[in-house]
Amino acid sequence: MVNEIIIAGFGGQGVLSMGKILAYSGLMEGKEVSWFPSYGPEQRGGTSNVTVILSDNVISSPIVSEYDIAIILNQPSLEKFESQVKPGGILLYDPDGIHRPPTRKDISIYKVDAMAKATEMQNQKAFNMIVLGGLLKVKPIVDLEHVMMGLKKTLPVRHHGLLPMNEKAIITGMEIVEEIK
Amino acid sequence: MNTSIVDPKNLVYAKPELMNDNQMHYCPGCSHGVVHKLIAEIIDEMGLREKTIAIAPVGCAVFAYDYVDIDWQEAAHGRAPAVATAIKRLCPDKMVFTYQGDGDLAAIGTAETIHAANRGENIAIIFINNGIYGMTGGQMAPTTLSKMKTSTTPNGRDTYENGYPLKITDLLAQLEGVCFATRQSVHTAPAVKKAKRMIAKAFQNSLDGKGTSIVEIVSTCNAGWKMTPAGANDWMVDNMFPVYPIGDLKDI
Amino acid sequence: MKGNEAVAHAAIRLGVDGYFGYPITPQSEILETLMAEAPWKTTGMVVLQAESETASINMVYGGAGCGKAVMTSSSSPGLSLMQEGLSYLAAGSLPCLVINVMRGGPGLGTIQPSQSDYFQTVKGGGHGDYKMVTLAPASVQEMSDFVGLGFELAFKHSTPVMILTDGVIGQMMEKVKLPEFRRRRTEEEIRKQCPWATLGKTPDRKPNIITTLELDAHAMERININLQEKYRKIEESEIRYQEIDCDDMDYLIVAFGSAARISQKAAELAKAEGIKVGIIRPITLWPYPSDIINQYASKVKGILTVEFNAGQMVEDVRLAVNGKVPVEHFGRLGGIIPTPFEVVSALKQKLIK
Repeated sequence: MVNEIIIAGFGGQGVLSMGKILAYSGLMEGKEVSWFPSYGPEQRGGTSNVTVILSDNVISSPIVSEYDIAIILNQPSLEKFESQVKPGGILLYDPDGIHRPPTRKDISIYKVDAMAKATEMQNQKAFNMIVLGGLLKVKPIVDLEHVMMGLKKTLPVRHHGLLPMNEKAIITGMEIVEEIK
Repeated sequence: MNTSIVDPKNLVYAKPELMNDNQMHYCPGCSHGVVHKLIAEIIDEMGLREKTIAIAPVGCAVFAYDYVDIDWQEAAHGRAPAVATAIKRLCPDKMVFTYQGDGDLAAIGTAETIHAANRGENIAIIFINNGIYGMTGGQMAPTTLSKMKTSTTPNGRDTYENGYPLKITDLLAQLEGVCFATRQSVHTAPAVKKAKRMIAKAFQNSLDGKGTSIVEIVSTCNAGWKMTPAGANDWMVDNMFPVYPIGDLKDI
Repeated sequence: MKGNEAVAHAAIRLGVDGYFGYPITPQSEILETLMAEAPWKTTGMVVLQAESETASINMVYGGAGCGKAVMTSSSSPGLSLMQEGLSYLAAGSLPCLVINVMRGGPGLGTIQPSQSDYFQTVKGGGHGDYKMVTLAPASVQEMSDFVGLGFELAFKHSTPVMILTDGVIGQMMEKVKLPEFRRRRTEEEIRKQCPWATLGKTPDRKPNIITTLELDAHAMERININLQEKYRKIEESEIRYQEIDCDDMDYLIVAFGSAARISQKAAELAKAEGIKVGIIRPITLWPYPSDIINQYASKVKGILTVEFNAGQMVEDVRLAVNGKVPVEHFGRLGGIIPTPFEVVSALKQKLIK
């Protein structure tokens, strides 16, 4: 079983850290994982993306031509990556910042109102965990217990008090994600 | 009667033990030989033979390692302070010094010199300033005096075209990492004695971890200057000393 | 863990004596990780941010001359600045480890991954006849492993060793098993292992002098001949490569580092289309695995090199193959990473037709 995932959005949206948590979660489940970021000035604004691969077998290339799952958090990323989702794959997006929604018919498309929800929760930092929750609902590639273990591994110890908030955000994401038909 | 000068009790002066018998390549009258001898004497007297690691420059003193029997590294042109930085950091109990000329230290190696000094590396820098590139045949150095003729300033250094004599020791003395900066010469017996004391102090500073020490020796290059050895000494006193005055610039 | 971070952790654990470096993307995590770990408080390892790459490599020269296990890292433009120092290190037969996390050039170029410093590294970017043992890791695990292997080869042959990698391997995260902790060598051990080291002259030996200057041309020729003899010995004993699916193939891809990873995926895609592709991944870029490539050349219809450059390693493959089969090159330039799809279409276009 292999999942090749691209997560793309603006720098500062937590794209890279969401990928990192996903990768660590896979690691906690004993999977082979790779995490390859777009790096450089993009980290400080601009668009940013990360390729995460979770696999039961050794991963050949950390860079792939098409993806099983695309998590899209802004318009430029949608334009770049919609065509690179494998037929039958999944595209999950946050409608905030997307003014021309995806149009493909041969893939499953979901939306998660994470930005709106995070604002409502008055917790912008929960944003990427809400998105992650949405993904885990539509495709449970790792279970929640391992996600929490992965989160614990990536968060510095001084931030471990934030773990319950993050778990809540993931569960919220699972609740609000919806399929676009 | 026995008046043999080899009778030990008649001995008043000897070549330092660390100086070997290799024939020096320095020109007669050059200051390098005197400074080499002082270094050998001091290392002997301070008992530092096994503790000393020296770094030779590119320039006339490139073969310094052929004459003083201690461990040496020959650095790339200008890089001696970087080489010394690593050696002293990796071997903090050693006495580490560089021996550099004006082109090496104040032109191609300015960055390494300033940054090693600014980090306060616990090294001693012996800086021979003769205002000229001796080895390559007498070209202009950063320390060449205004109007001084060299093979690349045949009509004399024009400060408008070539900039001004660089007083790098004054510059280094401003840095907080520098504990000791002094300017000396070796053209008279008293000057030689004084220079020796200053070099010994710089070596002691390296051992004590006090910071960077720089001992500039205002020197002659009678071959490059196209003068007799005695004439070069006089010319140095009359022309170099006003620009590079002898004395301590910093001692803390 | 990122490839760059793995290098830093491996260095501390392996008892490296010193690291001297200057920040440059995409490899600054090596210096940053070392500074954060502060090994001078634990193993006694020295970590210093130098004023330039020029200073870094000369610090490595100073440390290596003392027989210490010292290293530096940089990315392409920084390596250009280090070439003089590398020539001196090779000439002085000084063991050390240098890491180049390549980015796209020429000039200031880009910070994105590239493999365009192949020529500079394996053909000798500095002056004079010298060679550098060059290891090309293809995973985060190898980034860690090659720190140990690099120092082992450096001290075994008394010569500088390069880890030639790129922004993909430096920046990506994968699983990694770090080496066991090993203490640093004592001065006594270094004096024994490296009797040439400048650690202070003891009465039982002559002064040790590290120099690369020899004005007598005949003596300098002798030094060169000795170096070349050493290089022939390394060529005989240190060639390393990986074969992937080479027992049943019609086409061979030769690629190193991250290009080999992408080529592996491309081979999987090609297989699904019924095209049998094997891969040889040179692990040492010098000494180069010419013999194995030559042996396989007679068994395939064509060879493709995949490189993030305009065609550098392809020259060594052509030399190895010596005209037996067509050898083509596919690469993207200036920091663009080719996708596995692109590799498959290049294979079809250039060789299958």
